[in-house]
Amino acid sequence: MVSQPSPILEMRGITKIFPGVKALEDVTMTVTRGEVHAICGENGAGKSTLMKVLSGVYPHGTYTGEIIYEGQPCRFKSIRDSEERGIVIIHQELALSPYLSIAENIFLGNERAKRGVINWAETNAQAAALLARVGLDERPDTRIIDIGVGKQQLVEIAKALSKQVKLLILDEPTAALNDEDSAHLLDLIRHLKGQGITSIIISHKLNEIAAIADTTTIIRDGRSIETLEMHGAEPVTEDRIIRGMVGRDLAHRFPDHTPRIGDEVLRIEDWTVHHPLDRARVVVDHANLTVHAGEIVGVAGLMGAGRTELAMSVFGHSYGSDISGQLLLRGKPVHIRTVDSAIAHGIAYATEDRKRYGLNLIEDIKRNTSAAKLQKVSRFGTVNAAAEITLAERYRREMKTKAESVDVPAGKLSGGNQQKVVLSKWLFADPDVLILDEPTRGIDVGAKYEIYEIINTLADAGKAVIVISSELPELLGICDRIYAMSQGRITGEVARGQATQEGLMRYMTMEKSGASR
Amino acid sequence: MSASLTLEKPDKQRPSEKPKGGSVRSYLSQNMQQYGMMAALVLIVIFFQIRSSGLMLNPDNVAALVQQNAYVLVLAIGMVMVIIAGHIDLSVGSVVAFIGGLTAKMIMMWHVPWPVAVIAAIAVGAAVGCWQGFWIAYVGIPAFIVTLGGMLLFRGFALLVVDRTIGGLPNSFNNITIGSLPNALGFLGQLDGLTVLIGVIAIVGMVLTQLRSRRALTKSHLQVDPIAAFIGKNVVAAAVIGFITYLLAQSAGGTPIVLVIVGVLVILYTFITQNTIFGRHIYAMGGNLASAKLSGVKTKRVNFMIFVNIGMLAGVAAVITTARAGAAVAAAGTNYELDAIAAAFIGGTAVTGGIGTVFGAIIGALIMGALNMGLSITNVDPAWQMAIKGLVLIVAVALDILNKRRANANQ
Repeated sequence: MVSQPSPILEMRGITKIFPGVKALEDVTMTVTRGEVHAICGENGAGKSTLMKVLSGVYPHGTYTGEIIYEGQPCRFKSIRDSEERGIVIIHQELALSPYLSIAENIFLGNERAKRGVINWAETNAQAAALLARVGLDERPDTRIIDIGVGKQQLVEIAKALSKQVKLLILDEPTAALNDEDSAHLLDLIRHLKGQGITSIIISHKLNEIAAIADTTTIIRDGRSIETLEMHGAEPVTEDRIIRGMVGRDLAHRFPDHTPRIGDEVLRIEDWTVHHPLDRARVVVDHANLTVHAGEIVGVAGLMGAGRTELAMSVFGHSYGSDISGQLLLRGKPVHIRTVDSAIAHGIAYATEDRKRYGLNLIEDIKRNTSAAKLQKVSRFGTVNAAAEITLAERYRREMKTKAESVDVPAGKLSGGNQQKVVLSKWLFADPDVLILDEPTRGIDVGAKYEIYEIINTLADAGKAVIVISSELPELLGICDRIYAMSQGRITGEVARGQATQEGLMRYMTMEKSGASR
Repeated sequence: MSASLTLEKPDKQRPSEKPKGGSVRSYLSQNMQQYGMMAALVLIVIFFQIRSSGLMLNPDNVAALVQQNAYVLVLAIGMVMVIIAGHIDLSVGSVVAFIGGLTAKMIMMWHVPWPVAVIAAIAVGAAVGCWQGFWIAYVGIPAFIVTLGGMLLFRGFALLVVDRTIGGLPNSFNNITIGSLPNALGFLGQLDGLTVLIGVIAIVGMVLTQLRSRRALTKSHLQVDPIAAFIGKNVVAAAVIGFITYLLAQSAGGTPIVLVIVGVLVILYTFITQNTIFGRHIYAMGGNLASAKLSGVKTKRVNFMIFVNIGMLAGVAAVITTARAGAAVAAAGTNYELDAIAAAFIGGTAVTGGIGTVFGAIIGALIMGALNMGLSITNVDPAWQMAIKGLVLIVAVALDILNKRRANANQ
């Protein structure tokens, strides 16, 4: 390490407020020149928001607090401003243009040109030099679509190098990579450190952080909790990081509930799902899961663990390819290959992304409510408008959805009320099994409590409820039993009494193969 | 739900504070767009009525307006459903020419009785729709591409079928478009009795339907339109129908047969789009395809049916067009697809899908038709007629967008 460490970056008292949500509150962190600095935290803790503040995605003025970079205060208006100063962010979803060549992508927006005419010789020669630096053995004129994700990640880094990067930010760089590519990428980051490039790395993979980071800042609920010196006298274990990520109390954020658990309703056996496009990739790996009437079962897992994929593939094969395994409803094997057949069998899935997959935002509440089972208010294919409106109105009242009437378009409601419309829609369909994917995402605390109450009421009405959530306290607060998933596998199953956040987090970060160096 | 939620006591709160209706002002602002286009139509008619010194609303002209524009009205019904679902159909003009040619050939060369030929025309339209629907729904080729191909394909077929103009079609066939209902009930003064009867039935039917749906809502204690707006709406609509009836009853023939055809189709398709599961699924797909799929909508089947449907309507339009000309020509139907698309957009259909009504598209088609007729009888140069129609399309959609933006800003 550098003998006299001097900070390249200081962020002081950063607070960022979105309408109704405080995403970051008084976050402070210091990054030393030439180090690899890891940022850890649960989904939604505010890691990505912090990096967007730093890189100018959220321009100066939309947040409060100070950013000191190389000794000077920064007021970035856009990504371009931060890139000019040598701060480059590589997002989780790669931002490459698939049909352009590697060289064209590297110099996109920064073309090697004279009076608007591209100098191809220089473009390709410089690209080749950059590719050599990141250790990528591909011709510069290869199209992006023809190389794998691991190599695309390296192209992103080459692109960053072309911008004279001094501070490289990587958001979940290995999330989509296999072990070999991950190891190569980590080697490269170490190699760049040798050339004096500072890196900030956001990762869920704690073994990787332990392997590569010099310093780790932990963020929880939008606050910076602590900064750990990884090479200090006392070695930092993965458990130590986990404790920092989850440590908080759970006082009265959840309604009391005594479950009345009945017979088994749904059993998933040996369920394996492959990626819809990349058919060789296993997304859900021999999963087994059961849920009983009146029971609330949680599914925990970090991003990319395969929770949503498991749920959607069970819901009428609405995700994935080459799906194998058994579904049993009340002990009887069933074959459900379409969404309408899943609904007919009494399975409902309320999506994690209500705006994209859950609601028709331009339609009103009543039509969204009835959308999944119009037959219920129809005869001979004709909808009985009065019956529809009456039922929709009833759900609106029972859910306490705040809207003037059921004629209000779903797009005009707040997040919590939209979620209530999604729940109304699936209750309208009379399911026996209700899968709720991130039911409280993006909802304020008060509305969350109401959603928990609704979930409890549903369980008491004899429904089998599966709740997928990234918030461990939420799962511990409302579930009777919790499964943990990691890399497509169910790695643990814990009953309510035995579950702790630390224990779950250990299952959730369990690696398939040994740690990558 | 049988095991009901008990988060709130059911009788604690009535769903609406005022079951007899909200305020008239909020009602008007909510329905601004719908009435805006109707007002525009009325203004256009009044403008040309003055400019043409009363020629515009001459009874025979009103009958002619319907007969001239019947093809767009029919095609616009199919087109608005296609656009609501998020597609487009560029092929209908060519399909009209192809089927029109085939129909004429069946009657003149193969001596098929004309009613059979009409049914065959609609069947061929359905087959054309199956062909295009297959590529769009099941293979997944964008409708723009498939129907662009269809535009060329069926124009080619039309040229093959109609190598030279097929004329001399029987009058009984031609009367589908240019004929009128017989004067079966004699005259009331100067008015054709049957036309008056149809007008009365239309008004009574409309009011009864409106009353029924209003009663169903009030019975469940649900919010309905303000009573003043309800009465106002019905009085205005009754007056308009009454006025048109009065004009048509004075025209040379009375009620054009094709008006009955169009009227039945409008009522039928308004019902299909608004009151059936199939219709709801079209809106659901156009509003959010992913959400529709996850709600169990069989999106492929619905897409397929939408194109079968517009194919059948193109068959109807082919009969209407051929009967009006009394002959089949290979160049028939040129630009019909654009007329239908323009009608749908002027009538408030959203380019991105999910929004639109059959009634709106009909108003849009009538605006174009009234402009056509008005510009013709005031002797405007055809070149300018075309340019003006183009501008009207842009202005109508721009007003619609601005109006929506303002409504959103006021939220």
